[in-house]
Amino acid sequence: MYINIKLKSVSTNWLCGAVAMAISVTVVPMAIAGPYDFGSTPTAEEIAAIDIDVMPDGRGLPSGSGGHAAGKEVYAAKCMACHGADFAGVAGTGGAALLGGRGSLDSGKPKKTVESYWPYASTVFDYVKRAMPFNAPGSLSDDEIYSVVAYLLGEANIIDKTATLDAKSLPEVEMPNQDGFISDPRPDVFNYD
Amino acid sequence: MSSTDKEYEQKMQSTIQGMIDAEQKALRKRRRQSEEAEACECKDGMFPSSRSDETDLTTRRKFLAGAAAVGASAMTSSAARAAVPAGSIDYPVQDDPTKVQGRLTSDDDGYGSRSQFEDAIRTRFPTATRESSWTMTPLDDSSGIITPSGLHFERHHGGIPNINPATHSLILHGMVNGAKKYSMEDLKRFPSVSRFHFIECSGNGLTEWRQPTLKTVQGTHGLTSTSEWTGVPLSTLLREVGVQDGAAWILAEGADAAVMTRSVPLDKAWDDAMVVYAQNGEALRPEQGYPLRLLLPGFEGNTHIKWLRRLEISDKPFMTREETSKYTDLLQGGKARQFSFTMEAKSVITFPSGEMKLPGSGFYEVSGLAWSGRGRVKRVEVSADGGNTWQLAELQNPVMPVCHTRFRFPWQWDGKPAVLQSRCQDETGYVQPTIKELVQARGLDGGKYGSIYHLNGIQSWAVAANGEVSNVHQY
Ligand code: HEC
Repeated sequence: MYINIKLKSVSTNWLCGAVAMAISVTVVPMAIAGPYDFGSTPTAEEIAAIDIDVMPDGRGLPSGSGGHAAGKEVYAAKCMACHGADFAGVAGTGGAALLGGRGSLDSGKPKKTVESYWPYASTVFDYVKRAMPFNAPGSLSDDEIYSVVAYLLGEANIIDKTATLDAKSLPEVEMPNQDGFISDPRPDVFNYD
Repeated sequence: MSSTDKEYEQKMQSTIQGMIDAEQKALRKRRRQSEEAEACECKDGMFPSSRSDETDLTTRRKFLAGAAAVGASAMTSSAARAAVPAGSIDYPVQDDPTKVQGRLTSDDDGYGSRSQFEDAIRTRFPTATRESSWTMTPLDDSSGIITPSGLHFERHHGGIPNINPATHSLILHGMVNGAKKYSMEDLKRFPSVSRFHFIECSGNGLTEWRQPTLKTVQGTHGLTSTSEWTGVPLSTLLREVGVQDGAAWILAEGADAAVMTRSVPLDKAWDDAMVVYAQNGEALRPEQGYPLRLLLPGFEGNTHIKWLRRLEISDKPFMTREETSKYTDLLQGGKARQFSFTMEAKSVITFPSGEMKLPGSGFYEVSGLAWSGRGRVKRVEVSADGGNTWQLAELQNPVMPVCHTRFRFPWQWDGKPAVLQSRCQDETGYVQPTIKELVQARGLDGGKYGSIYHLNGIQSWAVAANGEVSNVHQY
């Protein structure tokens, strides 16, 4: 089977080469355009196992849900050591400040946090699911992630502390800096000659 | 000053201080080395080379080796067994290599290493964790345009995974006619291409916005490296899976502990993106994404996803943490630029550069690197008077698109204080700006060091009357 394809490809190649030679002096063999059909078709399970991303409109969010009270427990047990009881980050751990800084972006001393800077709640879910806790990435259940996101956003007064987050409610969250981003206009210095 | 302001200033000062301290530690070692070298009158004094993490024994052995080279036979076996620089093996040094046979062929088990007398190394930026950290390429010791694979700068967010290529695969799915899973063997069957490209982290120079901070060109510019990359054009794989109408973005995802992700415009994927498995003639280094990484010529380094495991085709960007919280450019006024992918034209003089010392007036070949994410470097100019007058530098062929380009400039130093600068122009006509022009256009977002990403301003090196070279800001 493999040999057959190969032989076919080679002969196509020669043909194309001959045509090219006839109309110009080019001796570069023309590429075979494919399709090559290498690889296999991944199963739905294989894709699902790594397709963990979540988009701002909620695509990719798993089933499950979580709220503030459960999130407080997750945070205390699995986040606080690095991100602090005050959410300001613990020096020496690399854990960033997660909350605070709202309204500081144009102050000349901006404090970029989930609360002050992140435009979408989906990013918090997505990032915590893929990369946190730093010492055990990917170890939280989806319910735990919904909970800890609800806790963080609740403490930031972005959502109500009684709110439950799930695949339907999370994309509806409006982050304070959701309109804070513009596209790249560069070049922005014009010394052309 | 309010108390939060004070707290902010203190935090900012202590971070910068930590960085300066780390560089100083490395420099103290270098200086000791260069003093010894000067004492033995070898020219190493001009090219500081001994770096951090070296034992005193190494320094001493190197000194002894220098002495041996001028005739003394001081090499002892204990000195020869001293620790040697990373990437080298401690082989015995013959008093007179013409009078005894050298080491046996294939004594290295078939994979060579550099000389134990070469000690240029990547240095790590002192971030809080070593999992999320970066190292910088020693550009001050660089020649030509290629970065040795072992000296290619690194940026990791979750350490360096060790991946068995036999079990690694790349899955393409999403808005495609047929999802595909490729093993490394599958990928290597596709028609391949090799291209020379630089990769630069958009954080390169982040300490230099407000004031000259780090001392060496490794510290100010070491987050750029050039390799020959070999792999499959991403367009080939897109044709295989069949991209559906309405698709506009691709999520690229790595198989590291950060499960690193960036959204890439589909146009870029069709244009010149590659999935690469080889670097400089051999398999990728683990630190560079072994066994597979994305290569997006001219885009900021973070987008060249390493340990690539998944490409999801979609209609919208995914808004991952690395393209919202990070790698966005906060401007004066509080808005931030997003998806600022392109690395704009930039150049830097690598010799002479910070912390070197010129032994006296006379001829020097000024040399450096220029590059642009928008194509070829068209010209490089050098100024020895702080930007008052400029002269064309010579470009070393080949000048390749989106690749480091080596420039050279013959300079007769009169021994008076001078300020050396280089500025380049790329094939679009864009001319590298001054740091001041960039600050005027974007403001200093007030972050720890000013802005963070995309500093491509002109670098200035002051040469003092005594020959000492230092990092300065001069517009
Ligand atoms: C062992 C320390 C540690 C623990 C525990 C930890 N983190 Fe982190 N966190 C980090 C580090 C380090 C980073 C920065 C990673 C990087 O440099 O890419 C980070 C980054 C983050 C960020 C991104 C911040 C930004 O501004 O970009 C979020 C959000 C976050 N962590 C949430 C959490 C949550 C929620 C938990 C608990 C489930 C958690 N972290 C547990 C260390 C930790």
